[in-house]
Amino acid sequence: MSMLSFEKKYRIRGGTLIGGDLFDFWVGPFYVGFFGVTSIFFALLGTLLIIWGASQGPTWNLWQINIAPPDLKYGLGMAPLMEGGLWQLITVCAIGAFVSWALREVEICRKLGMGYHVPVAFSVAILAYVTLVVFRPLLLGAWGHGFPYGIMSHLDWVSNTGYQYLHFHYNPAHMIAVSCFFATTLALSLHGALILSATNPPDDGVVKTPDHENTFFRDAIGYSIGTLGVHRLGLFLALSAGFWSAVCIVISGPFWTRGWPEWWTWWLNLPVWR
Amino acid sequence: MSTLNAALRVMSMLGAGLLLSACERPPIDTVQRGFRGTAMVEVYNPRILEGEQEKNVVPAATPAAPREGQKASEVYQNVKVLGDVSVAEFTRLMVAMTGWVAPQQGCAYCHNLQNLADDSLYTKVVARRMIQMTQHINADWKAHVADTGVTCYTCHRGMPVPAEVWFQPAPQKHALRAAGNKMAQNTPDAAVAYASLPYDAFNRYLLKAEDIRVNTSTALPTAPYGSMAATEATYGLMMHMADGLGVNCTYCHNSRAFAPWKESTPQRVTAWHGIRMARDLNTTYMEPLTDTFPPHRKGSEGDVAKVNCATCHQGAYKPLYGSSMLKDYMALSAAGAQAALPPQPAAGAAPGQ
Repeated sequence: MSMLSFEKKYRIRGGTLIGGDLFDFWVGPFYVGFFGVTSIFFALLGTLLIIWGASQGPTWNLWQINIAPPDLKYGLGMAPLMEGGLWQLITVCAIGAFVSWALREVEICRKLGMGYHVPVAFSVAILAYVTLVVFRPLLLGAWGHGFPYGIMSHLDWVSNTGYQYLHFHYNPAHMIAVSCFFATTLALSLHGALILSATNPPDDGVVKTPDHENTFFRDAIGYSIGTLGVHRLGLFLALSAGFWSAVCIVISGPFWTRGWPEWWTWWLNLPVWR
Repeated sequence: MSTLNAALRVMSMLGAGLLLSACERPPIDTVQRGFRGTAMVEVYNPRILEGEQEKNVVPAATPAAPREGQKASEVYQNVKVLGDVSVAEFTRLMVAMTGWVAPQQGCAYCHNLQNLADDSLYTKVVARRMIQMTQHINADWKAHVADTGVTCYTCHRGMPVPAEVWFQPAPQKHALRAAGNKMAQNTPDAAVAYASLPYDAFNRYLLKAEDIRVNTSTALPTAPYGSMAATEATYGLMMHMADGLGVNCTYCHNSRAFAPWKESTPQRVTAWHGIRMARDLNTTYMEPLTDTFPPHRKGSEGDVAKVNCATCHQGAYKPLYGSSMLKDYMALSAAGAQAALPPQPAAGAAPGQ
């Protein structure tokens, strides 16, 4: 693949976390690095394990392929390969691939002298995944509490796990997470719409600058968060959504065993009006 | 800045207090009840269960009484239900019932001590009907109670009125017209495990026989069936069932499809019969007793106390964790069943002793 004219000046040696110069090269447009190698290794191995697991299952229907975690009776030990052991191996591969990718992002940031905002953002997504398949199972005492790998099966898991607490919409962290998901979607659509409208004037017009963008929102809602600020807001809302998702599932079970509506009785029982 | 610090400190202390008071902690007990990975799992806090143990201990049965000999009706007057039972067993059951229902009040709770046959106390009239109800449950509702059966203690647990009964909720007092009718919703009520769902589910389903199923039985909603309101009312009943049994929704349902029986657990069948049983008991036994009960035993709407799932279950998946008391008090099994039993071999009554 050809290199863009300005790309060369950003191909900087060094900044690696591990492996020194060994993997400090590019393949086409892609930086490799030690963590690029481990990313490929874990992603490939994990994907092949899923495909192999599917070949041992009853269906090739993409929707129905299911790699399920072990029975609860295996606790925090290893399970036989075809009874959840495969799920355990795939989980190791997934975490290996995700963390490798985040660390590869760190190396690129170091090369470019940037902040670590991108790997930090990605780490929150990894945190949510690891909370589901590692932290919560650890707290509940069995790997079998992880979610199964399959398009329909993981949705069934989500549904039943929610109904383990009778009505999951009363989970306070779920409330915050859902609110952040909606808010980040709204913020992105407002931001995208603003940028597109500023850069798409009528035929005889000129492209508008942030002055116009700011003015629009000051006129509309009295305040404009600004060009940099809107990205800070977007990052905050998006990461909050992921973070509170992780919180809402890790408290379900390890820190609350009853119906979520009942949790709110602390409010009903406040000494002020009890 | 120091104001901010102080405010932060107060808020973090409040937050910590909330976390400590409103949350539980590991280790947690879990019970797998479906294929691995389906999350059909019961989740229990062992420290809460420990507190429930005491509530579910079965009182020791008194030594068995001879089943032969004179019948109760031959010795006592006005024995309308247990007349065929041997007088020894009859007396034993009366003593047991006193312990199960009125341990503080004693025999005088139901009986005029000057004349035990007298029906002047309402409690005696009710108790007689409740014995018939118990026999009815044990004989005709085996689909729900199996051979474990029930006794007075299943519900009463040493109290004249069972801890878990229900009355008609008081009607909403204000703004019944136009805006403001809450439709029995949005009121954190124990009947629906503190959700905002309609709290009149007992009336709809355990007294009246409203349709609980809200799913269409066809793939596409070609016929009008169910509604949001009906769904929420059903959800309200389900909240009670889960709460009353100390289980979650996945005890009976695989929530990926609530309606199909083939995807549900066998417990759902038992529960289906349980709903019908509660309805039967409320309409056949409790409601007709309305005029027998004195006003102070009735609800704010003047209705009689009625049963729901929690009346027997009291937070356990099986009442008394499935221990059978009935086997020691077979007179409660069915009307006249005691008389039909073969005489008990006298234990340790070998010749020469």
